Amino acid sequence: MSGPSTYQPSHPALQWFEKRLPLIGLIHSSFIAYPTPRNLNYWWTFGGILSFMLGVQIVTGVILAMHYTPHVDHAFNSVEAIVRDVNYGWLLRYLHSNGASMFFIAVYIHMLRGLYYGSYKAPREVLWILGVIIYLLMMATGFMGYVLPWGQMSFWGATVITNLFSAIPYVGESIVTLLWGGYAVGNPTLNRFFSLHYLLPFVIAGVVVLHVWALHVVGQNNPAGVEPKTEKDMVPFTPYATIKDGFGIVCFMIFYAWFVFYIPNYLGDPDNYIQANPGVTPAHIVPEWYYLPFYAILRSIPSKLGGVIAMFSAIIVLAFLPWLDSAKTRSSKYRPLAKQFFWIFVAVCVLLGWLGGKPAEGVYIIAGRVLTFCYFAYFLIVLPILSRIETPRAVPNSIADDVLAKYGKKAGPMAPVILALVLAGGLVMGGAQNARAAEGGPTPPSLSWSFAGPFGTFDRGALQRGYKVYKEVCATCHSMNLVHFRNLADPGGPGFSAAQALAVASDIKVQDGPNDAGDMFERPGRLADKFPAPFPNENAARAANGGAYPPDLSLMAKARNYDRGFPQFIFDFFWQFQEKGPNYIDALLQGYTDPPKDFQLPQGAYYNKYFPGHAIKMPKPISDDQVTYDDGTPQKVENYAKDVATFLMWTAEPHLEARKKLGLQVMIFLIIFAFLMYFTKKKVWANAH
Amino acid sequence: MTTTSSAQHTRRDFLYVATGAVAAVGAAAAAWPLISQMNPDASTIAAGAPIEVDLTPIAEGQDIKVFWRGKPIYISHRTKKQIDDARAVPVSSLPDPQTDQARVKEGHDQWLVVIGICTHLGCIPIAHEGAYDGFFCPCHGSVYDTSGRIRQGPAPANLPIPPYAFVSDSKIKIG
Repeated sequence: MSGPSTYQPSHPALQWFEKRLPLIGLIHSSFIAYPTPRNLNYWWTFGGILSFMLGVQIVTGVILAMHYTPHVDHAFNSVEAIVRDVNYGWLLRYLHSNGASMFFIAVYIHMLRGLYYGSYKAPREVLWILGVIIYLLMMATGFMGYVLPWGQMSFWGATVITNLFSAIPYVGESIVTLLWGGYAVGNPTLNRFFSLHYLLPFVIAGVVVLHVWALHVVGQNNPAGVEPKTEKDMVPFTPYATIKDGFGIVCFMIFYAWFVFYIPNYLGDPDNYIQANPGVTPAHIVPEWYYLPFYAILRSIPSKLGGVIAMFSAIIVLAFLPWLDSAKTRSSKYRPLAKQFFWIFVAVCVLLGWLGGKPAEGVYIIAGRVLTFCYFAYFLIVLPILSRIETPRAVPNSIADDVLAKYGKKAGPMAPVILALVLAGGLVMGGAQNARAAEGGPTPPSLSWSFAGPFGTFDRGALQRGYKVYKEVCATCHSMNLVHFRNLADPGGPGFSAAQALAVASDIKVQDGPNDAGDMFERPGRLADKFPAPFPNENAARAANGGAYPPDLSLMAKARNYDRGFPQFIFDFFWQFQEKGPNYIDALLQGYTDPPKDFQLPQGAYYNKYFPGHAIKMPKPISDDQVTYDDGTPQKVENYAKDVATFLMWTAEPHLEARKKLGLQVMIFLIIFAFLMYFTKKKVWANAH
Repeated sequence: MTTTSSAQHTRRDFLYVATGAVAAVGAAAAAWPLISQMNPDASTIAAGAPIEVDLTPIAEGQDIKVFWRGKPIYISHRTKKQIDDARAVPVSSLPDPQTDQARVKEGHDQWLVVIGICTHLGCIPIAHEGAYDGFFCPCHGSVYDTSGRIRQGPAPANLPIPPYAFVSDSKIKIG
């Protein structure tokens, strides 16, 4: 984009077009002939990865919007309908929700790379500031997107974040009302968030164009931090950067696919599988992992307005970085002190993220304040002072020299750095899951499930027995509003035939009407009907259960959680552990015991060692020999609990088998593709060395 | 250089072609779910199950409109005259030749069940209108007779018959 294009179209038609709109010339000079430094390392591929992720988010987002309903009464169920009924809807939803996390992982690496190699320094200040603007837009987009499924965490996250603005003196309350469009977070809020969530990615795309434009005017920075001098320093963008970025993207896709196909809910909060309830606040409101460091800063200031200012300042300070650090040497490679402080800063950010997921109490508050000070000190004290006192090492004369020097010695200690980063990332992500640390209680035992692991499938026998337990025990109090009779015959389910499913349906009387005479009537169930609730309405259900509303069981296995503790959740990532819900259900059903002597059991409650707080309103639901098994499985509570937990896992995620099966195919494909890309990249770059 | 690189060239070309081919296959496979999601979802398909319609309340000469799979379906209880009119027409004179017998169920000649969507551009014709006392489409003036066959106007074909069957003498199942 700098200077006139060298593109000379050969075909007369192309020449005609080029004279009138030099579009092809623009593309040619920006992405084909554009000279890139020869010494770029793989940290530079994250720019390409980010473009790719923006594309993925926009494509999957536009498609999800085709099926989503932005209304408080329908939003939650429409998201579940996407996952359950739309063709490949589960895939699109998981691509989008995990894509947000991938986007932020990539942007943090991209930002830290800029910080380390001094990419913000002259003449790239505007490029850097545009980047900060993109980051702010991403945060707004991510937050509003998280609100859309209208789960408990969505609703309360929206309430908490919009309440930040109430800290503004005098006009705060009015601004919050303006943001809500009501007296509380409600339908107008959801509607405008949907509109803005759809709009902002295109604004991001627009600023990205400016970002890339600014980049192409000033040229790319590089690990040596010296400006290119001769032709020898540069290689054309295509094929060199194209193939390298392509290889980087494919490797990143393997990482992404791991989440999407094997641990799709690892980064999400289980509370978001409970529909928004304006009357009940979750025990801990935790943002998504990518906001945790800023959340920690917000909480560590003991003043409402102060916390909000500190949090926003933590981002705004980035925009002033070009002037805070006035060192002449760009790359931290040649700045021994700056290098050390950089890694300390990374550690501070990771620890802040970990604290953000911890309850704000005791030592965590003190640690939060110290680390908040360290965060700001890095920008406001360390960098300005370092740039005055530090003696940098000699920088190479040119990029070509840097490349030659690199080939003289072995690669640096990259592997331990990456390993440390992966572990640190796990720490932050796991932090969100760890937020319930204060709740205590024994951890349910981990059982072996047939659907665990990458090749896991449901045990059909267990699903069918589990259905029987559900029908004869659970269904007397609980509904399943998201499961239809037809689902019993779906592939990957309990393996009923269509006729069996129809027989199950027609055994049940469904309330329908009004008919032509204006009367309600009962008819036999159809395949398209949902599992009915045993009570005509919520009040009747409450009355029959001593005031406690029996929750819907459709999403029970996804909505229940317990603390796995550090370092367990890091191993969970590698072992694809996602059986928290079934483990919890199984344990809960078997956890009824007599209360300990000093335990004050409230009236009408029962002691359960696995229930948070141990006082549960539900009496022990199953006992030995309560349900008849025809296949010789022992009729014990232990078996009932395991079978019904398996069944509830299926009702929570009916496409689990399809997900793992497709995941295997995608993984094999991506690994083959990554190998091919690697060798192609090697061949292409062989010319350049 | 030329002799040594020509052997390398083929190996390298193969690598490039293989990489490109795998990328193309990947792009095509990735496009599949993005397109497939636009097909009817499972709940829509389930809602398209057959429906039963009770014919008892429909008097002779009357017609009702029911919906199945989002389409309006006309059920006409035809009079003797209407049936005779439909059968008196020479089939060869029709734009879309079809006998009246082929358009109703045997033994249930009085019942005409048609999808009420004009075969021209998808408007809904009005029953008991037009020169043939059949259906008249107000949009572009297509006229259908008492058997739902096209007689005048731009529509190219007769009103389609939905799949249906008589469950009993007074009840049909559409779908």
